[in-house]
Amino acid sequence: MKFSEQWLREWVSPKLETQALADQITMAGLEVDAVEPVAPAFQGVVVAEVIAKEPHPDADKLNVCRVSDGTGEVQVVCGARNVAVGQRVPFAQVGGVLPGDFKIKKAKLRGVESFGMICSASELGLEEETSEGIFVLPADAPVGTSVRDYLLLDDATIEVDLTPNRGDCLSVKGLAREVGVLNRLPVASPSLAPVAPASDRRFPVRIAAAEQCPRYVSRIINEVDLTRPTPLWMVERLRRSGVRAIDPAVDVTNYVMLELGQPLHAFDLDNLQEGIEVRMAGEGERLTLLDGQDVALRTDTLVIADASGPLAMAGIMGGETSGVSDKTRSLFLEAAYFTPLAIAGKARSYGLHTDASHRFERGVDPALTIDAIERATQLLMEICGGVPGPVCASESEAHLPSERVITLRKARLAQALSKTLADDDVADILGRLGMTAERVEEGFRVTAPSWRFDIAIEEDLIEEIARIHGYNNLPVRRPAARLALRPANEARLTQARLRNQMVARGYQEAVTYSFVAPELQKAILPEAVSPVLANPISADLSVMRASLFPGLVRALEHNLNRQQTRVRLFETGLVFEGELDALVQTPMMGALACGSREVEGWSSAKDAIDFFDLKGDLETLLALGGNPGAWRFEPAEHPALHPGQSARLLHHDRPAGWIGTLHPKVRAELGLKADAVLFEVRLDALGDGVIPAFEPLSRYPEVRRDLAFMLDEQVPVQSLLDCVKREAGDYLQDLKLFDVYAGKGVEPGQKSIALGLTWQHPSRTLNDDEINERVDSIVAQANAVLNARLRG
Amino acid sequence: MDHLPTLVSEAREAIQAAQSVAALDELRVRYLGKKGEVTALLKGLGKLSAEERPAAGERINQAKQTLAGEIDTRRAALESEALNQRLAAEKIDVTLPGRHQAGGGLHPVTRTLERIENLFTRIGYDVAVGPEIEDDYHNFEALNIPAHHPARGMADTFYFDATRLLRTHTSPVQVRTMKESEPPIRIVCPGRVYRSDSDLTHTPMFHQVEGLLVDEGVSFADLKGTIEDFLQAFFERDDLDVRFRPSYFPFTEPSAEVDIQCVMCSGKGCRVCSHSGWLEVMGCGMVHPEVFKHSGIDTERFTGFAFGMGAERLAMLRYGVNDLRLFFENDLRFLRQFA
Repeated sequence: MKFSEQWLREWVSPKLETQALADQITMAGLEVDAVEPVAPAFQGVVVAEVIAKEPHPDADKLNVCRVSDGTGEVQVVCGARNVAVGQRVPFAQVGGVLPGDFKIKKAKLRGVESFGMICSASELGLEEETSEGIFVLPADAPVGTSVRDYLLLDDATIEVDLTPNRGDCLSVKGLAREVGVLNRLPVASPSLAPVAPASDRRFPVRIAAAEQCPRYVSRIINEVDLTRPTPLWMVERLRRSGVRAIDPAVDVTNYVMLELGQPLHAFDLDNLQEGIEVRMAGEGERLTLLDGQDVALRTDTLVIADASGPLAMAGIMGGETSGVSDKTRSLFLEAAYFTPLAIAGKARSYGLHTDASHRFERGVDPALTIDAIERATQLLMEICGGVPGPVCASESEAHLPSERVITLRKARLAQALSKTLADDDVADILGRLGMTAERVEEGFRVTAPSWRFDIAIEEDLIEEIARIHGYNNLPVRRPAARLALRPANEARLTQARLRNQMVARGYQEAVTYSFVAPELQKAILPEAVSPVLANPISADLSVMRASLFPGLVRALEHNLNRQQTRVRLFETGLVFEGELDALVQTPMMGALACGSREVEGWSSAKDAIDFFDLKGDLETLLALGGNPGAWRFEPAEHPALHPGQSARLLHHDRPAGWIGTLHPKVRAELGLKADAVLFEVRLDALGDGVIPAFEPLSRYPEVRRDLAFMLDEQVPVQSLLDCVKREAGDYLQDLKLFDVYAGKGVEPGQKSIALGLTWQHPSRTLNDDEINERVDSIVAQANAVLNARLRG
Repeated sequence: MDHLPTLVSEAREAIQAAQSVAALDELRVRYLGKKGEVTALLKGLGKLSAEERPAAGERINQAKQTLAGEIDTRRAALESEALNQRLAAEKIDVTLPGRHQAGGGLHPVTRTLERIENLFTRIGYDVAVGPEIEDDYHNFEALNIPAHHPARGMADTFYFDATRLLRTHTSPVQVRTMKESEPPIRIVCPGRVYRSDSDLTHTPMFHQVEGLLVDEGVSFADLKGTIEDFLQAFFERDDLDVRFRPSYFPFTEPSAEVDIQCVMCSGKGCRVCSHSGWLEVMGCGMVHPEVFKHSGIDTERFTGFAFGMGAERLAMLRYGVNDLRLFFENDLRFLRQFA
């Protein structure tokens, strides 16, 4: 809501500078977004009269005028087409300064001397777009007066960003009321005296939806002349409130809405048939709105209709056919009370938002209708003349908001604020806010004013008292609490611990959007099903990620495109799988690595990373839980991963994630310039650790044997390791795989696997026979099950 | 016997001239060994009279000791020289950079969230999290934002269908926590939130931390104290001015916006604070009774406060980041600055 400071000060004028006033309003909860002068700085511009006008002897488009500026007559060359003898105009005298520090000097235009400049509205900074011609002032503008004074331009536009609960402040009246409360000042109001009817013309009104429209006030004004101009002062006030002047009927309704807060609507009576009916829209009804839009109405929409059908979307926007024009001779004015529930959300559901709907959905004081229609009548008649009919009110008392009486307990107030306020102070604050506060034993019985739709319960009153007393005048303390220890699961790894491990391994944490481009997700996970936004911000952020891979791949691409060739990224976050009704939101950790294994340096190799680098990083993560044996990697295929370089991760034999090299086909499809290795693991599995269980240290010597096996290259090493562990007996302490070899000296299709086995007995020295027995058993089983042979 | 002095001086010269430990060993054998030249003199003692013998023996033994001492000294010198040579040969350029893995780092938002969580968990708050695809009830209804409430226009919501949406704040976690547990409740809820807004100062996804404290006798003063302490601790500024401005959130009452003295210009006025000297950093208020009712908490017995803040906003102020969008580009040159 924008308003003119001067306009407000007509109602209430505290002794505060503009900025101080704005700060005070802000600190009362009506946040001031901007304070701007209504006109930029200029000086030396006075009201002048055009006395004479002759064409310039040497220029077609220029006129040579003589103007009287109150001190004398001067010659001025003017290029505007609309300049005419007898006009009052803003005249910048020699020595004056226009906005933009434009100094007015004596000049010669095509050989004719010019002593000043006749200004347009835009040259004075009163219009943003370049004005068509000079700014013609009213004929009664006093010659010689400073234009700043005449137009009251030493004023500010104050813009408040009102919260949805304070619909009562969407008017000068409402803001003035608030400023009055804050400064303990009385608030003046313009005359709202009834305008006596001069005719008996009435137009029938029937309310068929009393729940939505409990009150409908109307009046006919005949014989109006809407060709008359809206007075400059009103145009200026509208402008300063951010509203453009259109015609006197629209301007007056807007003016009264800004002034009092009551939206009004003016119909052309001659276009109305039989009578007004306030009702819900019927099935299949349509309406062409004032803005030309043709709308199919829904039956939950309140309309103003006549015998021909809907005329207006009640409280939202009028229709095209029933609107006024400069030919309108008879007005039918409407001032209604539409309940917030009837209007709330409706405008938005049609893609509309109007000043009227904005107010009605927040609540317009039902007591305003008659004042508003009287005020509008008075202003309209001043401009357009006319013969007013009687004010007609239709209402359903039962559906009007009932009086809200709330008990405010002193004890509750004191507890809520940690401060006991004097009864008189509380009563004073409530009283100034327009509430009646009757003292009762436990505190106050408070009646909320009709304009405060946000006051319904005790807490609403507590808030009002705190607000007016000043939040910053209330005490400060620290909450006291019982020092109760809470359970802490030692086995569980925190996300922070897991993240720090990745950081220690050289990964940067990424945060990517949870929604991704559908094509990207499809390229990576062709089969994935995940929720799709109904109203995405753009198509490439429209589908929820079913994996962390798409985001990580995008982040890789971003970095590769910026000469960052060595990339290590990880991310934690939810992935979304399944249709909405069977949706699973799973916290995951994902990582991606690309580029050289080591950072470029004087002693580092230049090798590119591969699967096993990332697997090593992942294994250190898995080891954090203290139970690496719970995890297994099994060869498996994933659409985004190289079929020969990908593994499914199993945690206690349940699928928990994937690791692999990005599939060359996917890489090509995404246009990535480098190979990448990725993993993704469920965080709940990663966090599943064990509490360490101590085993006594053996005092007896270790025995180590190294065995090299020849194995078919297609047989996973894991099978050999499993076999060895099974056969090695209880005292195997350690099993290391220290060499993998294929090539010269090894038969084609075979690989050589070298293992180091370490045994130790807790309470005695192991003898050679025992160990030999174990080794024999290992060799025999490996041969039987895996066709592995001991290498000679 | 008479040539002992000659022999000693000859041996001394040889010892001094020796260039290796091996040469010294040879000299030791030659002069002092069992068949050595000085040892041989001892054998000649028998030819002397009994009177002369002790003195002559004494002289020979002295000469032996002297030479043995000189050999040891020379050996030590040679060894030390050899070590020095070896050390000199093994010299490296210690100014070459060390051999290391590149370090990683946390995202600045995570860093900020962890810092906030730590400040609160240290005084007894728990961390609670919840789903990001929420339903209308938890995101709006239970927070006293019924359908068609004008406040629904405050947050531009991403919808999947009529009732399912991306949470617009982390407040649904409060609702879920209050339903599942009994007061006293002290939680902070960090996480991703989503609003359909994208420009210089808005991204469609960002992070919030919401806090909730519910107990008997909790007042607005407790809220003020908690927020002031938090902001001063977060910015490590004991003298940071904090002010509370009345505002409106459907789920709290009284509600407040919290401004701090601009941390960029110390309140003098700068571009960051639009020359007002103040920065809006969070919203807060006392939990609205309607919210308690939805969660089954006795509004007569318990009161509580809630607060919410944007992690990106705090990170920007804390680290001086001037472009919100950088947080989600994941440019390594940006991320590495927070390692």
